[in-house]
Amino acid sequence: MLEMVHGEAWTIKELFTYPNEYIYWSAQIVMYPFMTGLVAGAFVLSSLYHVFGIKELKEIARFALVFSFALLFVAPMPIVLHLQHPLRGINVFMTPHFTSAIAAFGIVFSTYGAIVASELWFMYRKHFVEVSLPLKKKTDKSFAEWVKYLVFGALTLGVYDTSEESLKRDGKAIKILAAVGIPVACFLHGYAGFIFGSVKANALWMTPLMPVIFIMSAIVSGIALCIITYLVTVEIKKFMISRKKASIAGFQTKEEISNVEFNVIKMTSKYLIFFMVFAISLELLDLIFRGYTAVKSWDVLRSVIYGKDFSSIFILQYGIGNLIPFMLFIMPGLTIRRIVIGAILVLFGVFMMRWNVVIGGQAFSLTFAGYMHYHLPIVPNNIETFKEGMGGVLAILAMPFVLFWMFIKIFPVFDYKESH
Amino acid sequence: MITRRDLLKKFVKTATGVMIPLAAFEIIDPKKLFADKPFKTDEAKVRWVFLVDTYKCVGCGLCVKACKTENEIPYDANVTRTWVERYVVTKNGNIYADTPKGARDGFTTNRIDLGMGKKQDIKKEDIKKAFFVPKLCNQCDNPSCVQVCPVGATYQAPDGVVLVDRKWCIGCGYCIMACPYGVRFFHPKYHVAEKCNFCYHRINKGMKTACVGACPFGARMIGNIKDPGDPVTKILMTERVGVLKEEYGTKPQVYYIGLDKEVR
Repeated sequence: MLEMVHGEAWTIKELFTYPNEYIYWSAQIVMYPFMTGLVAGAFVLSSLYHVFGIKELKEIARFALVFSFALLFVAPMPIVLHLQHPLRGINVFMTPHFTSAIAAFGIVFSTYGAIVASELWFMYRKHFVEVSLPLKKKTDKSFAEWVKYLVFGALTLGVYDTSEESLKRDGKAIKILAAVGIPVACFLHGYAGFIFGSVKANALWMTPLMPVIFIMSAIVSGIALCIITYLVTVEIKKFMISRKKASIAGFQTKEEISNVEFNVIKMTSKYLIFFMVFAISLELLDLIFRGYTAVKSWDVLRSVIYGKDFSSIFILQYGIGNLIPFMLFIMPGLTIRRIVIGAILVLFGVFMMRWNVVIGGQAFSLTFAGYMHYHLPIVPNNIETFKEGMGGVLAILAMPFVLFWMFIKIFPVFDYKESH
Repeated sequence: MITRRDLLKKFVKTATGVMIPLAAFEIIDPKKLFADKPFKTDEAKVRWVFLVDTYKCVGCGLCVKACKTENEIPYDANVTRTWVERYVVTKNGNIYADTPKGARDGFTTNRIDLGMGKKQDIKKEDIKKAFFVPKLCNQCDNPSCVQVCPVGATYQAPDGVVLVDRKWCIGCGYCIMACPYGVRFFHPKYHVAEKCNFCYHRINKGMKTACVGACPFGARMIGNIKDPGDPVTKILMTERVGVLKEEYGTKPQVYYIGLDKEVR
């Protein structure tokens, strides 16, 4: 029986390639920078309010932080699905080999996780106390109440001080954590860019601009996802209000929600454009520079960029993913609907950018005289084509929303009135 | 108010608490595991190098066959530790190259394999020059694969050979991406990074590598560059040789006689 080599199932080789060359880094490696990008972007968005005090972003800031926390748990999952020996992933923590860009993953990731978790704790500390205190006093707790009490009691970490003074200190702590978190979030993602940018064997990847391009597009995608998710959750809230025909704590009427909603989203979309301009400028600079310097690899790169991958780079990524949303955002008379369409297209554009980097970087052979074509496995015929195919991708995409839905039971993002 | 007794107690507790994890760190010193940075090769008495005389290669593929058998690379799997490339330069300046199945079965047809099931016929009278180039791991002095391994599962032995620890490799593929020569792949059975290691199990017993032993024309030679009397060293000292893809700064240690500018 012919033994399939990893990568052979989705790689088609054309012209002169080395015998061992396949597209080893497939769909999940596209998902990895995409997901970490969303983590970093969501965090930066929340920090814009906490650190720089941009009041218009107050409503979305808390939301973005909780969402970033949900995304954080999903970010390493693509790697787990990609590893040939997922159970050995722990080796990275046990014997980190620090000349490797991947070795620092554990450290950077846990540092960032600790920052987000502590920021969340300071933000929701009062809430934990408010939930657990009455339950503590209650003598005849039901089972559900017991569970709730145990969870929230543990989350208070034994601190029940909610005096004015201590809450003020919390606010200060949040501000410091949010400020420290920005460089760490950028590092988390810039470092994902470094993993690619430092591969000297890969002519498309190797550029010092890669980490910066990754950070910029990360922020763009994170903001876009926050806009969409924020709007969806607000719409659900509004729907529930109209059904109950009663006011929910926090907001009084449907109209009031709509007002806040639009202002927040409009402001957020301005920041999206700002970062998008940065991202595109850097990407175009990279492209122009490669064409102008035209080193040895340029012939094959040109044939990939302007030939084989033309539609996925210039039509899907730059056209549909960048140009159209850019127009949608800057044209006068901005509406929520246009923002939503724009944000969805932006997300798609950033995804295509990751795709064109990861898959595009393997579309040509190390011989510079051959090509490799990638075919994403849709219907899996074994575990490999599932986890590194459409199934795995969809699972990863769905995961942050499931986690977010779970997290907002602990960290309420809407019905919660509080100073931070 | 803290008493002296309490203070001492706390001090002992803290000290013990700190010592335990520190002690653990000492145990897993990667240097002792011989898996850290590339060993300084000039301290060693042996540095394995390889010499390929492309003028002698006829593209029979016996080296590839021998390698696959010797190193238990599934025979029909489309990966191989060593392979032979065929280059054909035509009079009108076209360059064709192929390596069907890594030339495991040699080059049985004059038609060039273009991939995707296509073949190219080239008339004999159109050919300007044609030659074969065997490839294998370059056991670089500055191996980028070793640099990028996140867990230190691939490492360089003091004699220069880059090895893979099959029990520790996590299978991330970063080393495969980092190698400019495309010599690495995932082993179809063990699902870890796999590559040519100059038949490390053989050369350490004074034997030649399987491919050297299988080559009927003496196109492949392995030797110790630290030994001035070694036939390979003598050739490297006196003749003009080239290496592949010098521009990547990997300092490859597989030398070629008769390299052409068209060789990729």
